[in-house]
Amino acid sequence: MKETFSQLKYWYRRVSVAGAEYYNAPYRAAVARAKRDEDDLFMLLVFGEMMGIPNPASWYTLELQPLLLERFHDWHQRMGMERSPLDNMRCC
Amino acid sequence: MSAILLLILGLSGMALGYFVYSRFIAKVIYKVDENFRTPAHEFEDGVDFVPTNKFVLWGHHFTSVAGAAPIVGPAIAVIWGWLPAFLWVTIGTIFFAGIHDFGAIWASVRNKAKSIGTLTGEVVGTRARSIFSIVIFLVLLMVNAVFGVVIAKLLINNPGSVVPVWGAIAVALVIGQLIYRAKLSLPLVSLIGVVALYVLIYMGPSVPVSLPEQVGGLSDNAAWILILFGYAAVASLLPVWVLLQPRDYINGLQLFVGLIALYAAVLIGNPTIVAPMINQDLPAGTPSMIPLLFVTIACGAISGFHGLVSSGTTSKQLRREPDARFVGYFGATGEGALALAAIIAATAGFASLADWQAVYTSFGQGGVLAFVNGGATILSQGTGLNAEVAGTMLTVMAALFAGTTMDTGLRLQRYIFQEWGEIYNFKWMAKPVPATLLSVGTCLLLAFGAGGADGSGGLLIWPLFGTSNQLLAGLTLLVVTVMLVRRGAPTVFTVVPLIFLLVMTLYALLIQLKGFYTKGDWFLLTLDLVVLVAAILVTLECIASLRRLKRESESADAS
Repeated sequence: MKETFSQLKYWYRRVSVAGAEYYNAPYRAAVARAKRDEDDLFMLLVFGEMMGIPNPASWYTLELQPLLLERFHDWHQRMGMERSPLDNMRCC
Repeated sequence: MSAILLLILGLSGMALGYFVYSRFIAKVIYKVDENFRTPAHEFEDGVDFVPTNKFVLWGHHFTSVAGAAPIVGPAIAVIWGWLPAFLWVTIGTIFFAGIHDFGAIWASVRNKAKSIGTLTGEVVGTRARSIFSIVIFLVLLMVNAVFGVVIAKLLINNPGSVVPVWGAIAVALVIGQLIYRAKLSLPLVSLIGVVALYVLIYMGPSVPVSLPEQVGGLSDNAAWILILFGYAAVASLLPVWVLLQPRDYINGLQLFVGLIALYAAVLIGNPTIVAPMINQDLPAGTPSMIPLLFVTIACGAISGFHGLVSSGTTSKQLRREPDARFVGYFGATGEGALALAAIIAATAGFASLADWQAVYTSFGQGGVLAFVNGGATILSQGTGLNAEVAGTMLTVMAALFAGTTMDTGLRLQRYIFQEWGEIYNFKWMAKPVPATLLSVGTCLLLAFGAGGADGSGGLLIWPLFGTSNQLLAGLTLLVVTVMLVRRGAPTVFTVVPLIFLLVMTLYALLIQLKGFYTKGDWFLLTLDLVVLVAAILVTLECIASLRRLKRESESADAS
């Protein structure tokens, strides 16, 4: 019984791996590029902040505000702040 | 004539082609090398270049190339009788499509996985490359305009399929979220997706949806076309993981299920083919079989579109060079099998010859609707499935395929506009939204410009799609042939299909040109002329580059 169960588990894992590859293969590049773009923006923000360089991304970030607002709201609530701590980010 | 016999003959022929002919091609012509380091290893980056399991790559390649065309083409072409369509699909798959798709992958793999467009520029010349970009734009334009019409007709003729066709989008959106956000295991999500899709198919006939005959002064057909293009524009702008990726995946699974069900139903039910072997009683206005048969059935016999997929993404993921035979040749065989299913459905799924003739009343009639109606009869007789549900299942299968091809086609067309924007420094055109609007606009112009207020211009130009697509295939075969000449390998196996394709394409274009001129259809006449000029230029390029090569090899021998 145990043997059959582990066999089943093995085959399920193999199907899962093959399925994931089949699912990802056609769009691997597009998804990876989107992820890289997100990482690039994050890098720009973090490095600018660390080095004290005036952030060139802030102007562009305005465009992202509608997307970021929900995450920002979750963040400040997790941090124990009921209301948004920033005057220019009024999410609630 | 028993459909089982046709099925066995066709599939055995294709199997022989794969096991015997493709092995010979791999060994003697392309000389694939087990030790050749493929670009997937050489440039491995985890993004574009990833060595992939050959079965997975086959699945990806097959579902990318199998759109609605292997269903539409054969189902129209059986108007000349089942035998010509059957022979062209079987022989075309074995001697034309297999070697073309396999060759496109091989040529690309041997050239750092470059696309066939780039290779045309490098191997043949820059002029050939310019022709290539014009032809590819025309092909995409036609695919998008045609498939809009095909889906609209399917939705109108089978109102029960509206809920599952649009519901499939909702299913895809949900499974996309389940995979990426909820991180659920893929086999489980696949099961949920497929079950949800089939529940929708089962439910569909009990909640039929039809648009009113007039929507804001437009016919229901035109309204559906506008809705479909609106959807395709949004879909092509969304991040791929949100809709396109899960939608392609679920469609792929449905294709396998549908194809297996259809073949099983033929084997169980053994329907009789009622259509004539060679139709002597052709409806008035049907064009001559030669050359139109060879451009009406493109996908399923040989299709230039496959060269784009083969050299675009497949070649970057090939793990071993010998895998090109399985992925390319067997991929083409898979599509031949789909075209064979379409032929059987459109000839054996009718009760009598009179019923069949009632559908095939003029050229271009029948088509995908004959596949759906005939296939549904076969499915319900073979498996005992309710006829209406079987019809909905096949309608959804055809509509989803046309839909995903339209999504991808529109995205590719948008890339071309963006590229032109960058090359010619039109900043506005290089942005996604204006480029998408331009793509949708040109497709609608074609649909309504050639088809009038009904919007079915896409279907009128279907034979032109065949010719442009065959031209693309010709260009790919030319690239492969030039490479073979340089390597001193035998070229007869690629030159014969190349010459045959060019002759048939030129002949078909001339016949159509005369037809459009007689009818006074100036729009199609202009399009035909563009393709004709491209075809002549391709032919001249073929002759020039092969002569140049011959001279080079002669002078090398002399020195």
